[in-house]
Amino acid sequence: MATTPRTAAIVGGNRIPFARSNSRYAQASNQDMLTATLDGLVARFGLQGQQVGEVVAGAVLKHARDFNLTREAVLGSRLSASTPAYDVQQACGTGLEAAVLVANKIALGQIESGIAGGTDTTSDAPLAVNEDLRRVLIRLNSATTLGDRLKALRGLRPGQLAPEIPRNAEPRTGLAMGDHAAITAKEWEIGREEQDELTVRSHQNLAAAYDRGFFDDLVTPYLGLSRDQNLRPDSSMEKLAKLAPVFGTGDPAATMTAGNSTPLTDGASAVLLASDEWAAERGLPVLAHLVDAQTAAVDYVHGGEGLLMAPAYAVPVLLARQGLTLQDFDFYEIHEAFASTVLATMKAWEDPGFCKERLGLDAPLGAIDRSKLNVNGSSLAAGHPFAATGGRIIATLAKMLHEAGPGRRGLISICAAGGQGVVAILES
Amino acid sequence: MSDWYRDFANSGFGTTITRQLGLPRPAVLRRYEPGRPLLPGPAVLGSTGGGRLGDTLTRVLTDAGVAVLPPVVADGPTDGEKPAAVLLDATGLTSPGQLAAAYQFLAPAIKRLGTSGRVLILADPPAATDSPATAAARQALDGLIRSVGKELRDGSTANLVYVPEGAESAVASPVRFFLSGRSAYVDGQVLTLAAADVPTGEDGERPLAGKVAVVTGAARGIGAAIARVLARDAAHVVAVDVPAAGQSLAEVANEIGGTAFQLDITAADAAARLVAHLRERHGGVDVVVHNAGITRDKLLVNMDAARWNSVMAVNLQAQLDLTAALLAAEGVLRPDARIVCVSSQSGIAGNRGQTNYAASKAGIIGMVRAWAPEFAARGATINAVAPGFIVTEMTAKMPLGTREVGSRINSLQQGGLPVDVAETIAWLSQPGSAGVNGQVVRVCGQSMLGA
Ligand SMILES: NC(=O)c1ccc[n+]([C@@H]2O[C@H](COP(=O)([O-])OP(=O)(O)OC[C@H]3O[C@@H](n4cnc5c(N)ncnc54)[C@H](O)[C@@H]3O)[C@@H](O)[C@H]2O)c1
Repeated sequence: MATTPRTAAIVGGNRIPFARSNSRYAQASNQDMLTATLDGLVARFGLQGQQVGEVVAGAVLKHARDFNLTREAVLGSRLSASTPAYDVQQACGTGLEAAVLVANKIALGQIESGIAGGTDTTSDAPLAVNEDLRRVLIRLNSATTLGDRLKALRGLRPGQLAPEIPRNAEPRTGLAMGDHAAITAKEWEIGREEQDELTVRSHQNLAAAYDRGFFDDLVTPYLGLSRDQNLRPDSSMEKLAKLAPVFGTGDPAATMTAGNSTPLTDGASAVLLASDEWAAERGLPVLAHLVDAQTAAVDYVHGGEGLLMAPAYAVPVLLARQGLTLQDFDFYEIHEAFASTVLATMKAWEDPGFCKERLGLDAPLGAIDRSKLNVNGSSLAAGHPFAATGGRIIATLAKMLHEAGPGRRGLISICAAGGQGVVAILES
Repeated sequence: MSDWYRDFANSGFGTTITRQLGLPRPAVLRRYEPGRPLLPGPAVLGSTGGGRLGDTLTRVLTDAGVAVLPPVVADGPTDGEKPAAVLLDATGLTSPGQLAAAYQFLAPAIKRLGTSGRVLILADPPAATDSPATAAARQALDGLIRSVGKELRDGSTANLVYVPEGAESAVASPVRFFLSGRSAYVDGQVLTLAAADVPTGEDGERPLAGKVAVVTGAARGIGAAIARVLARDAAHVVAVDVPAAGQSLAEVANEIGGTAFQLDITAADAAARLVAHLRERHGGVDVVVHNAGITRDKLLVNMDAARWNSVMAVNLQAQLDLTAALLAAEGVLRPDARIVCVSSQSGIAGNRGQTNYAASKAGIIGMVRAWAPEFAARGATINAVAPGFIVTEMTAKMPLGTREVGSRINSLQQGGLPVDVAETIAWLSQPGSAGVNGQVVRVCGQSMLGA
């Protein structure tokens, strides 16, 4: 087991409520949301005018003008303008990966504090110009004579005006992420009912957490929204059963609906990490430590593995390094990209064949206690603004561990586009 | 939220018109600004004879850089600098016959008083004597000062401070307050001091340095103003408001370098969470301002349980519960803590349609008075501040007529500002205000309601 000099403390977090696409945050940009989220964090922890070691954040759907998104958000925030920042992007793993990067620098003593975050908007998404038009415009721009310019313009066609809209689809397969998940769901024989059950529990857990004030120090309202817009406290099996499948619909037995899949969402989150000393000097709490993390990737194009199954591979590596079993945790946070993804991942860990052949393990990792899974709700209820999900989960889990008392452990598992996965262990 | 009428009445043309028509001429009040002298001019100091506060008052004034003038001679010369304040030491009064000295001193001085001037009388408390004649003389000052307040113009105020034997050291802080611009909208008030250990060496412009102050309902309105003023006076402010108000709460906290703590003060675990937060993040608390409040107006005959209960829960029960929890939590409420509870004029005068609100706000006064001895025993204080008509976004939405009447029926002929309430609360929060305990200070421009 690798030893690190110290582990980074999670001091706390902040996020704005997640909004449904093209709704409450339709006019807000990624930078707006990230700045507001940083400002909420600053207000919570009294960081006005202070310099933190580094702010690391990103967005999955990103405008070209946002090449320095995080730094721009820092400059617009109440943090000291001398706070350095950089962007990262690892699809839906962005937020967690950002926290791992910050935590590693803290562990190495390169920084004493840092903020990790993420933001995404599917409402204010970048539209690219049609590829043909883009070529014409480049030619026009580089033309030096009038004749050349006119020649370039002659290449214009009405059809080129249709913009390229970013799609939630894999470039290499052309399949939507949901359709990929549907393949995996079928392969692992994940039923409609168990998906709907997981979905109802997500909504109920999230609603209960809001009702008992659990999110009072994790969420700051934004643009009139004070709870996640996707949350349906009255969600029920009956209501979910009425929804028609939307993914994998080529199959008459398709199971994945708009209810048991996460909707497109807008939002942002941020987590404050630090060395224990930095937190103590400021009278700030240490909710938990980020103990270790692991990424993995699978070949979903030719390798026959499911697009969202990489966390299933990352977790055993992490467990082995930490000398832990899958059952050694008090809480599990498995990102609910789709209900079926969570269920397939857990089924894979219980499956002797998968664990032996794919993971190279002698025995399956085994089952996890479902009562410890996503106990305060997850993405199905909260929504999933891609890069913001990691920060949401880290802050939520850290607070849960803190409330449970010292020495408690939590596992985070996040699947990401491109066949990737990021997983991490937090401990109070 | 500007006072268009006041601005008009103070314009060149407006001055002519309002004079000719005999309309009220509300003044632009002198308000506190750091760095400015306590008073814009000298103070006249006099006595009804045999007073014991002359030296103390002279010292407070000279320490603050105020020139002290002898009593103004009736029908004397009218050149020279106008007094900015008139102070009367009326301690030692024993019979109504001696009151003539008060009017003889005050009349010529008040005639010369400058704009936003101050009249302040200090006397022994009526209750501190067995002699009916002495008590009568002391109580008479109450009627005198309230009438003076109503006669004064141009933003001037008149207040009375009762100083019991042994409370002389507590006089400085209230005297400074009533003379300064901090008390711009505090008029016709009667305060009774108590003997207390008053710390010396107070930092004039940063009186709350090193203090942690909680302000509930800080996301907007009067609460936001309180947070700003406490932060200006160098306190670290923990700004509390309901989670739904979190965005503006964060803006207030960031503006003043404080922290935002989202909390519904009526939640079952609110007190426990506040105590834990203060202990963990700040190691304790010095100042608590119970400002959060709601109105749910309805005539009593039409009152429903939801309106009644929610107003009681926010305005009264939460103040009781949070205060009790802070008192009970070992080591959280610092020994010299200051609690300030925001009551209301409605709690004193009553108001049609506000049985629930007025009951809750009157209840606060009962609570504060009952708790005062326990607070005094730990060197702490608990007081109530009762705002009158304060100009906020809420009052800006009132119909013009209601708003105009509401804002004019007081001696200063205008509504107060949130900062006026905030300044009074900040003053009560100062270490030097140790001798002000169990009091109700109205910030109402000497409103005619409930006076
Ligand atoms: N405005 C006036 O003229 C006036 C006059 C007399 C008294 N007051 C009193 O002054 C205080 C402030 O009044 P304002 O005019 O600024 O009102 P406001 O409505 O503008 O502000 C009150 C604040 O309290 C907060 N609050 C309400 N319930 C809460 C709860 N359960 N937990 C935490 N916070 C809560 C609100 O969210 C709001 O931000 C109140 O107590 C009010 O009764 C006001």
